[in-house]
Amino acid sequence: MASHGIKDRVAIVGMGCTRFSEHWDKGLDDLLIQASDAAFTSAGVTKQDVDAYWFGTAQSAMSGIALARPLQLEGKPVTRVENYCATGSEALRQACYAVASGAYDSAMAIGAEKVKDSGMQGLNAFPVPNDGTARTLTAAAMFSMVAPAYAQKYGVDRAHLKRVLARIASKNHANGAKNPLAQFRKEMSVDQLCAMPAVAGDLSVFDCAGVADGAAAAIVVRAEDAHRYTDRPLYIKALSLVAGNGSGLMDASYDYTTFPEIVRCAQDAYAQAGITDPRHQFAMAEVHDCFTPTELVLMEDLGFCARGTAWSEIEAGSFDLDGDLPVNPDGGLKSFGHPTGASGLRMMYEAWLQLRGDAPEERRISTYGERDLALTHNLGGYPGEMVSFISILGTSLG
Amino acid sequence: MRGILSWGTHLPYRRLDRSTIAAIAGTGGGKGYRTVASFDEDATTMAVEAARRALSAIPEVALGSVWMSTVAAPYLDKTNATTVHAALRLGTDVAAYDTLGSVKSTVGAMRAALSSDAPALVVASDLRGGLPGSGDETNGGDAGAALLFGSDADAPLLAEFVGRGVATEEFLDRWRTPGDNRSKLWEERFGETRYAALAPIAWKAALATAGVDAQAVDHLVVAGTHDRANTSVARSLGVRSEAMVDAMSATVGNTGAAAPALLLSAALERAEADQLIALVVLADGVEVLLFRTTAAIAGFVPARSIATQVACGGSIAYGKFLAWRGNLTVEPPRRPEPARPSATAAGRARDWKFGFVGSVDTEGEVHMPPSQLDAERRPMAAALGTIATYTIDKLSYSLNPPVVFAVVDFDGGGRLPIELTDVDAAEVQIGGRVEMTFRRLFTSDGVHNYFWKARPIRDAVASSEES
Repeated sequence: MASHGIKDRVAIVGMGCTRFSEHWDKGLDDLLIQASDAAFTSAGVTKQDVDAYWFGTAQSAMSGIALARPLQLEGKPVTRVENYCATGSEALRQACYAVASGAYDSAMAIGAEKVKDSGMQGLNAFPVPNDGTARTLTAAAMFSMVAPAYAQKYGVDRAHLKRVLARIASKNHANGAKNPLAQFRKEMSVDQLCAMPAVAGDLSVFDCAGVADGAAAAIVVRAEDAHRYTDRPLYIKALSLVAGNGSGLMDASYDYTTFPEIVRCAQDAYAQAGITDPRHQFAMAEVHDCFTPTELVLMEDLGFCARGTAWSEIEAGSFDLDGDLPVNPDGGLKSFGHPTGASGLRMMYEAWLQLRGDAPEERRISTYGERDLALTHNLGGYPGEMVSFISILGTSLG
Repeated sequence: MRGILSWGTHLPYRRLDRSTIAAIAGTGGGKGYRTVASFDEDATTMAVEAARRALSAIPEVALGSVWMSTVAAPYLDKTNATTVHAALRLGTDVAAYDTLGSVKSTVGAMRAALSSDAPALVVASDLRGGLPGSGDETNGGDAGAALLFGSDADAPLLAEFVGRGVATEEFLDRWRTPGDNRSKLWEERFGETRYAALAPIAWKAALATAGVDAQAVDHLVVAGTHDRANTSVARSLGVRSEAMVDAMSATVGNTGAAAPALLLSAALERAEADQLIALVVLADGVEVLLFRTTAAIAGFVPARSIATQVACGGSIAYGKFLAWRGNLTVEPPRRPEPARPSATAAGRARDWKFGFVGSVDTEGEVHMPPSQLDAERRPMAAALGTIATYTIDKLSYSLNPPVVFAVVDFDGGGRLPIELTDVDAAEVQIGGRVEMTFRRLFTSDGVHNYFWKARPIRDAVASSEES
């Protein structure tokens, strides 16, 4: 038993990402075509050059046909992938393994979600026939239980913690305001955010990710072939996934201040990539800020700071765009919304821009030129029962 | 010797202050309070709660049948009593029957139970109401009550069945056609006259079979939907005035099909050993059942007394009451309606869904829902728990937002994140104590989705007077 990883065996050589928005005038097909065209152009290839496709979508389509038809692919293997909010990341993970195995020379990972056709607020899951006993609580409410638990454990006043959480949202909105692809491009002050009415626990709507449509795509090839496509490939350093078994929901010792699946996932990813000091080795991180308390806990679970210190690090600006370790420099789920199938690849798109120096100067990370590794992270599910994905990407081999 | 082996009752937590009705309905209302079934309660869930309490006193009894009686049947065609049967985790060899549709069904089920050859559980449950401002809405009440009948060979008798009388007659006093949400009434005097004529026939027959006279009656219960007839018949029977058992009009209301069982339970809760209890039911004729309590009744403590439940109520606004009853259409949640539960999945998960049975793994951890990998099952319905943390969800689909949701740690092991009910969001606290209650989560495509929720354990401190 081992998790060897595929460090430096596969590289991303082209990426594309649509604007994330309420695309009333675009359907799933439009989003897929736009993201894939951008990726093909970025890598300098055609759809025929790409040997195989992995298509991540949580609820917008069922099979590979939903990609093959709009792109008019001829006789290509197309696999539809789903794994909650890690869906887009999973598409990349499968595509990378297929290339690393030698089965294909090149593959596309594409993720897309058309959320805003449902007529309902929020994300809504397919009703799988069931016995009617499953929880029907919203994700916001489940994650809202983190804040009071964290406040109690670390002796932070709840009103103070609310300002810390608003600080997270404010930072991500400030980053998003600079990003033309983001859904929300307005800065929000801590005071503005704290004045919002609560909708789930202490969380307001602005503690939650937005809801948007969007798509993103990546083309991967064997690392040794990467320079045939680009001078500046992004090498895959680590890909890790952990699916929780739900034991946190039943475990009376679980205290809602950490996500054990993510701790395990980080250990695995850091071992694959040889990361020993995440705070100082990563140039940036894109993390799954579905709710503000999630980002708070992630800073500790990912080892970016010590247990019980994330709240003060956030207040000190450690994870700001000009901070010690910029987190969610593109604006995160907070500014982009969360088209489930696309989010993971959208995060990688930001790493693609930032590490390669393509991000415009006004929103460039403070660490550019000094460090060359990025982490992207998704989670899907709830505290006590989640999937966790981490990728580590870098611009140089070794 | 046959008679009563146990009883249990359920009064819903919510109480409507009748004085709040007229301001909105423009008419109706009155003094005192009535019980109101929660938005997640129906006749079946209230029957389950009452039946659980009745059986908790003698869980090992070899039950032969369970009978559910109500006018407010959640299902037609499909048997409602089988849901009660599943929630009680009764064996396949225990029969389950409905006696539905008329208030008289309850006393009929009691007669059947008293002539059964095995212990029989009669669960009567009803939701009473009518159009806004009506007398039925004001004077009605919601409740469930269960009586376990059997012989002294099954368990110690608490009260022996000693006599009965019947006077059946067709006359139109009140009626409702299937599908209507209200009953209609003939001129009150007509029904009162007929009950006055029929009561002596049944009463004399009952006294004769028991070999007693009216003065020997220690507790007189008169149950029926015709309140004036109840009062005048009670006065006409020649019993001592102190024998009258309060009909709980000021605190509960007239509970229809549940009333004979609920008021008989109330009589049992005030009775001492060797006393005569008369149950007189006025429902399309008159039925009388006589019981004599035994010495064993002195040692019987009901799982939750009616007096305790009367004292532990929380207020409900009239507008919300109207909405819960479907008499006021409010904006639905802007979320997808839940899908109907799968009959096959529910069937496979019967013990979990209806009986709230988890499992225990080899390391002693309790799994809810149960794991197929575990050999040991662990019934959790009676387990009490403590709130480890909680949240208030204003976004989730609910018939009564906001959803109050708690992570509950059960005494003796087991943790489950689960919805709370019979609770106001502001009163929830970490460390609060909860018990499990059987509820209807929602109805989709006509399928009632029954499962369990947690609710605060309340003692007699909270009062229905606070509103």
